Amino acid sequence: MTIEARFKLSRSGFTLDVDFQLPGHGVTVLFGRSGSGKTTLLRAIAGLVRVPDGRLHVNGQVWQDGPVFLPTYKRPLGYVFQESSLFPHLTVQGNIEFGWRRSGKAPFSAQEPIIQLLGIEGLLKRKPEYLSGGERQRVAIARALMTRPRLLLMDEPLAALDQERKNEILPYLERLHEELKIPVLYVSHSAEEVARLADSIVVLEQGQVLSSGLLSDVLSRLDLPIRMGEDAGVVLEACVTAHDSQWHLVKVEFPGGSLWVRDTGVPMGRNVRVRILARDVSIALDQIHRSSILNTLPARVTAMGDESHPALCLVRLDAGGVPLLARLTKRSVATLALSPGMPVWAQIKAVALIL
Amino acid sequence: MPDASDAAAIWLTLKLATLTTLALLVLGTPLAWWLAHSRTWWKGPIRAIVTLPLVLPPSVLGFYLLLTMGPDGLLGRLTQSMGLGLLPFTFWGLLVASMIYSLPFVVQPIELAFEAIGNRPLEVAATLGASPLDAFFSIALPLARPGFYSAATLGFAHTVGEFGVVLMIGGNIPEKTRVVSVQIYSHVEALEYAQAHWLAGGMIAFAFLVMLLLHTFSPNQQRL
Repeated sequence: MTIEARFKLSRSGFTLDVDFQLPGHGVTVLFGRSGSGKTTLLRAIAGLVRVPDGRLHVNGQVWQDGPVFLPTYKRPLGYVFQESSLFPHLTVQGNIEFGWRRSGKAPFSAQEPIIQLLGIEGLLKRKPEYLSGGERQRVAIARALMTRPRLLLMDEPLAALDQERKNEILPYLERLHEELKIPVLYVSHSAEEVARLADSIVVLEQGQVLSSGLLSDVLSRLDLPIRMGEDAGVVLEACVTAHDSQWHLVKVEFPGGSLWVRDTGVPMGRNVRVRILARDVSIALDQIHRSSILNTLPARVTAMGDESHPALCLVRLDAGGVPLLARLTKRSVATLALSPGMPVWAQIKAVALIL
Repeated sequence: MPDASDAAAIWLTLKLATLTTLALLVLGTPLAWWLAHSRTWWKGPIRAIVTLPLVLPPSVLGFYLLLTMGPDGLLGRLTQSMGLGLLPFTFWGLLVASMIYSLPFVVQPIELAFEAIGNRPLEVAATLGASPLDAFFSIALPLARPGFYSAATLGFAHTVGEFGVVLMIGGNIPEKTRVVSVQIYSHVEALEYAQAHWLAGGMIAFAFLVMLLLHTFSPNQQRL
């Protein structure tokens, strides 16, 4: 169960040259700046762009190889475009039925779990022009999923929306993430969407794969965070194990320790993600007890790398097997004489809880 | 009051304009699609030829059509070898000439409508399992509907209003090629001004109605 892709494409001033394998399940984010070739790659995978001599195998099925080129309409895929792509002359239901009928399915039913999951059962009779931007994208996602695709491709589905609308859709995407059994390729340049949705990540730069792998491995690499700037940081998988109702905090545990986080109403035992930005982690050589900082973890320095600004430095830590990143000034590194292997205390000023 | 020959001219005009419009919608749609989507270099020359009737004097067009359809012309030899006889001074000759004369008025609005739709809806349709032909009928045609309204209205009205080409190709044969515009000319030549008024005034009313319809259905008037 894998996706194997190899594409080489030269256009005026741009070269796409990728050769990679992706897991056949979970969400893989294609991450990179605009112009890095993410969308071109996604369109090549969908067959919307024909890349000569490309090769694409999806879970054992040949989509493109040598003379074989399956046209887009014969590929069992779902595609969610960046901007609203609903057919304006059809109602929401008409839009959904368009793909549903062509995938040879039984009569349409509003009771379909996907309709319920995306919360659009109340919109079926409306025309797209009477929907908000967020509603349109939810309908577009439902329309793509109702064809029962074997691969879901999403091209920055939130990029055209404002922050409020993004916050409206992200919970739906997170629920999809939990319930979908098919692989999802999700193009994004937003570190927040990566932290919330990705299982794996492929980082693209100027048409090349810079790094790819599991999210936790890729995010804690020292050469990559430079490119994420202020958003450099790690994402940990954790579990809610305690509530502190007096101070409105919850305790989340992960293999390397535990953290106290603001209580946002998550139930006990729930698996969550926590995101810790490198700029929110500082380092002390001794455990400091009289401090406002709630979370300190014992850790070990594993590596040091450059930051985009010459004054700064990224330090990679290992906290009980879990990688952390800390952004420090080079002066502090020199003052503390930090070097790989040194035991330190990581002081974590802020932790973002992601469901 | 209009007499029987006027009524015959009106009927012939309506028949000619309706058939011309229908034939052009059928033949012009694939041409418009090709012009909107092709990327070959010879699209430019083809488009220029299609739009040539916009700027050519009708008598020039009529003259060459007459030669082409004549016994020594390319089309004339073809129709003769097929046992159809010659086209000039027949209703069918008039129909062929009208189609060429009104071609740009039908093709251009449809081409513009296809261009306005762009490629994205067709790509979306492909990702939803629709073959190119399926997407053409289920997505492109319905979305281009305002363009088809404009094309049909303009093509019909323009055929009704033609004079020069009709005179060159059709002559002035009652009930066969004598359309309204030629009939008005005949009335005026015979100094039958009252009769000319009936037809000419009717044409003004008709033209007003057409333009009213066109502005009601044209794409940029489609507002909420």
